[in-house]
Amino acid sequence: MMNSTITDTRANSVEMAEVPDMVLSVRGLTVNFTTPDGTVSAVKGIDLDVRAGETLAVVGESGSGKSQSMMGIMGLLAANGRVSGSARYRGRELIGASEAELNKVRGARISMIFQEPMTSLDPLYTIGRQIAEPIVYHRGCSFSAARKQVLELLELVGIPEPERRIDSYPHEMSGGQRQRVMIAMALANEPDLLIADEPTTALDVTIQAQILELLGSLQRRFGMAIVLITHDLGVVRHFAERVMVMRNGEVVEQGSRSDIFERPQADYTRMLLDAEPSGRKEAPSASAPVILEAKDVVVDFGRRRRFSSPKFNPILRAVDHISLQLRQGQTIGIVGESGSGKSTLGRALLRLVPSTGVYRFDDQDISNFDKAAMRPLRRRLQLVFQDPYGSLSPRLTVGEIITEGLRIHEPSLDKAERDRRAILALAEVGLDPTARNRYPHEFSGGQRQRLAIARAMIIKPSVVILDEPTSALDRSVQGQVIELLRTLQLTHGLSYVFISHDLSVIRAISDYVVVMKRGRIVEEGTTQAIFEKPCEPYTRTLIGAALNLKAVDDEADCTTR
Amino acid sequence: MTDAVSVTAPAAPTVGRSLFQLAAMRFRRNRAAMASCVVLAMITLFSFLGPFFVAHKYDQVYSSYVAIPPSLEARPAVSTLRDVAESIVKRARVTLLEFSTEGQEFSATITSPSPIDPRSIRYFDRVDEFADTRIVETLDGGNTLKLAGSLNRQYFLFGTDTNGRDLMTRIMLGGQISIVVGLLASLVSLGIGVLYGATSGYLGGRVDNVMMRLIEILYSLPFVFLVVVLVVFFGRSFILIFITIGAVEWLDMARIVRGQTLALKRREFVGAAEALGLSDWQIIRRHIIPNTIGSVIVFVTVVVPKVILLESFLSFLGLGVQAPLTSWGVLISDGANSMQSAPWLLIFPAAFFVVALFSLNFIGDGLRDALDPRDR
Repeated sequence: MMNSTITDTRANSVEMAEVPDMVLSVRGLTVNFTTPDGTVSAVKGIDLDVRAGETLAVVGESGSGKSQSMMGIMGLLAANGRVSGSARYRGRELIGASEAELNKVRGARISMIFQEPMTSLDPLYTIGRQIAEPIVYHRGCSFSAARKQVLELLELVGIPEPERRIDSYPHEMSGGQRQRVMIAMALANEPDLLIADEPTTALDVTIQAQILELLGSLQRRFGMAIVLITHDLGVVRHFAERVMVMRNGEVVEQGSRSDIFERPQADYTRMLLDAEPSGRKEAPSASAPVILEAKDVVVDFGRRRRFSSPKFNPILRAVDHISLQLRQGQTIGIVGESGSGKSTLGRALLRLVPSTGVYRFDDQDISNFDKAAMRPLRRRLQLVFQDPYGSLSPRLTVGEIITEGLRIHEPSLDKAERDRRAILALAEVGLDPTARNRYPHEFSGGQRQRLAIARAMIIKPSVVILDEPTSALDRSVQGQVIELLRTLQLTHGLSYVFISHDLSVIRAISDYVVVMKRGRIVEEGTTQAIFEKPCEPYTRTLIGAALNLKAVDDEADCTTR
Repeated sequence: MTDAVSVTAPAAPTVGRSLFQLAAMRFRRNRAAMASCVVLAMITLFSFLGPFFVAHKYDQVYSSYVAIPPSLEARPAVSTLRDVAESIVKRARVTLLEFSTEGQEFSATITSPSPIDPRSIRYFDRVDEFADTRIVETLDGGNTLKLAGSLNRQYFLFGTDTNGRDLMTRIMLGGQISIVVGLLASLVSLGIGVLYGATSGYLGGRVDNVMMRLIEILYSLPFVFLVVVLVVFFGRSFILIFITIGAVEWLDMARIVRGQTLALKRREFVGAAEALGLSDWQIIRRHIIPNTIGSVIVFVTVVVPKVILLESFLSFLGLGVQAPLTSWGVLISDGANSMQSAPWLLIFPAAFFVVALFSLNFIGDGLRDALDPRDR
C-alpha cells in the first residue's frame, strides 16, 4: 500500500498543480479499528475535496465515521486504529507520513478545534501560554515575543480585556470563552484549513450562534477553508457552502447547501432533514386534578460555615423561589441555558436535593418528608436522566436494571413474574425482550435511553421528571424517543416535567413552558404563547438563536398571561 | 468521538458480555500476566501438593546432614559411609573389621574383646545413613558380629538448613503459610476496607468525617505497637496472624474505595437508583461496591505481597508463626543469618519469594490494563 501511495503522489502532483486552490484532497480513505471481535471499519473509502476559503460541512449521526475520518487524516487515531488511502494537503501526502512531517502541517497549516472546550485546555497553564505554544513551536520564537501576537488573537476572537485575560487560567473562563480561546489557538499560525469537530455542541444556543458568527467572520478575513463536523443541521444550514452527508462510514450524498436542503436525493438525507421533532401537545382540561404542586422552592448550594468568612463560602442559590403546578396529563417544559438551575429544580421536585418550599403531591403535604418517608412515594415519582451512558449501572444486566424498582416496591413478586414484567416493559419501549440478559454497554445511545425509560415506567409512576432525555441523542433518534414518551403519556395518563435546553423538542412535547435563567423564572405560559409571542428579551434571544426565527418584534400582550 | 468505534453487537445473542468478561478477554491477551498466572499456579501447587511427593517431613531433623549444600546426588555418598561406620563403632566401643556396600545394602563385621551385646547394633540405626540393621551371623562366641542392613538413601535437592531439616520441604510449608496468610489477610482487609470505605464515601458529610478521622488515628498508631496489642488481646495463634495483618491493612483499602465511591456517587445511575427508592444500603451493595471492584482487584494484587512481607516481619519479631512452622519470610531471615556459610538457605526461599512477587505484580499490571475503562 505504501508503495502505491508514493507513486500515486507523484502521478497526481501534476494534477494538483492544475488546481492550485485545492487545499485538501482525500481519496479512498478507510479507517479500521482492531477490536477483540474482529476489525470494525469506521470509514469505508470516502473521497472529499476542500477548496481554499470554502466551508464544507460533514454531517452524520454518531457512529457515522465523520470524526474518525478527520482524525485519521491528522494521524490522531486511537492506538488500535489503522488508516489507509490517500489524503493530500496541497499535494503533500499525509497518510503514512512520519510524525515529524505531520507535525509540520498539524497546528501550522491545518489546525483543529474540538468539541469539549472544558477539557481540551490544560488547566495548569494560562491561556496566553497555551495560545503561544503553537506559535513558539512552529516559528521558533520566544514566549515573550509571541505575547503581542497572542493579544491580537484574543482581540480577534472577541475576548474582552485581552491584556487582563491573557494571564487567566482556563477555569476562570466560561465555556464560550474557552471555545474562543481554542479558536485563537487554532488560528495562531494562520492555517489554510481549520477542522472544527462539533465546535458548538457543548455550548448553549445563544453562545453557539456567537461562536459560529465568529468563525464565519474569521474565515472571511483570513480566507481559510473550514471543515465543519457536526450532527446539527441547523448549524449546517447557516454556515456551510457544501455539505457531505455520511452514514456508517460511507458518503451518502454530497452537494451544495441548497442542493442538500432543498433537493435531497438520498432517502437518508431526507430522513435527517425531517427529523426535527414535530407535533404539538394539547393542554389537559382545566378540570384535571393538580397532581404535584411546589411553592417557593429554594435550593442553595454551599453550606455556611461558622468559622470562615462568607466570602470564602459563597452560597449559590440554584433555584430561587420557584412555584409550579403540574396537572394530571400535563407536560411542563422547563427551558434554560446551562447553569440556570433547571436540573436542580427537577431534583428538588422529587425531593432528591435539600430544599425549602411547600410541596404537595396528590393532596398530601410532603414538604417535611425525609428520605425514608419519601421512599414509598418514589414509586409514583420517577426520573429519567440526560446521559444514557451514565444512568445505567455498567455491571448489571438490563433485566436487573429495569426490574430494580419492582424489587423495592413490589417485593412480593417472584423472579418469574419480575421477568414477565421486564419483557412487557421492554416491549412497551420498543426493544427486543431478549435484551434482558445483555449489558448496557452493548446498546446504542437511543436504546439506552429507552432502557432508562423502561426502568422508570415499569413501576407505573404518575409523574415523571425527564431531565434532558433527548440531548445526548441524534436527531432521528430524538424523534423516536419523543414519540415513545408521547405514547406512554397517553396510555398511562402520565404527567411530565420535561427539562431541556432544546427548544424544538420542548415545543413538540410540552403544553406549558417555563423559561429559567439564574434560578428564576423569566417567563412562563402555554407553549403557543411562549413560542409565538414571547415577552421577555431573554426568551426572544433563546428562541431566535435556537429556531432562527426572526426576532419577534411585536410587543405581545404580556399582562393578560 | 469514540462512538464511531462502537461495535455492533452480534445478531441475536441472548446472553451478553459483561464488562468483567470483556476485561477477562483483554487480560488473556496480556502474555506477561498470563505467564505470571501459570507461574503462580505452579508455585501454589508446589507448595500444597509437593509435601505428598517428598519423603521428608518439615520438622524432621537429620542430625547427620546439617547444613549440607543442595545436590542432585542421593545421600549418603558411598565414599563417606566407611567413616560414618567408624564413628558408630567408636561410640559402641567395638572395632570395625570390615565394611562394604553393595547397591542399597551394606554389610559390616564388628568385633570386640568381650561378647557384644546384640542391642548395640542400634547404634547403626540411630544415624540417618543406615536402616534395618540386623545380625546375619554370630561368630567367635559373640565376640564378632556380622551385620547387614539397608542404606537409607535420601535426596536433599535444596540442601538442608542449620538444624538438618530438608530445605525444599520447608519452602513448601513456608509457601503454604505465606500464600494462605497473604490471601486471607488480603481478603480480611478487602472485606473491612470495602465496606467501610463505601459506607463512609456514600453517606458523606459528618459520618464520613468521623469515619475518616478514625482511619487517620489508626494510621498514626505505630504498626508494631498495634500488632503487639492485637496479639496480646487475641492471644497468639496462627489464624489470628492474618486477622491481625488484615486489620491493619484495610486502612489503605478503605481510603481507595472511599475515593472511588465519591466519584461513583455523582454518577447518574446512583441518582437513578435513589430516585427509584432504593435505601442507602441497597445502593451501596448493588451499585457502589460492584463498580469499585476493578480498582479493588488491582489493589489486592499489591496488598498480597505487602502482607507476605509483613508476616515475615512479624515472624522475625517473634510475633508471627513459630518454629517448627515456618514461612518464606522466616526462611529468608534465617538464610540471611548464614549467608556466608550456607548461601543456599537464602537463595532458594528468596528465589521463590521473588518469583511469586513478580508474578503478582505482573498480574496486577495486567488486571489494571484490562479493567481500565479508558482503554475501551
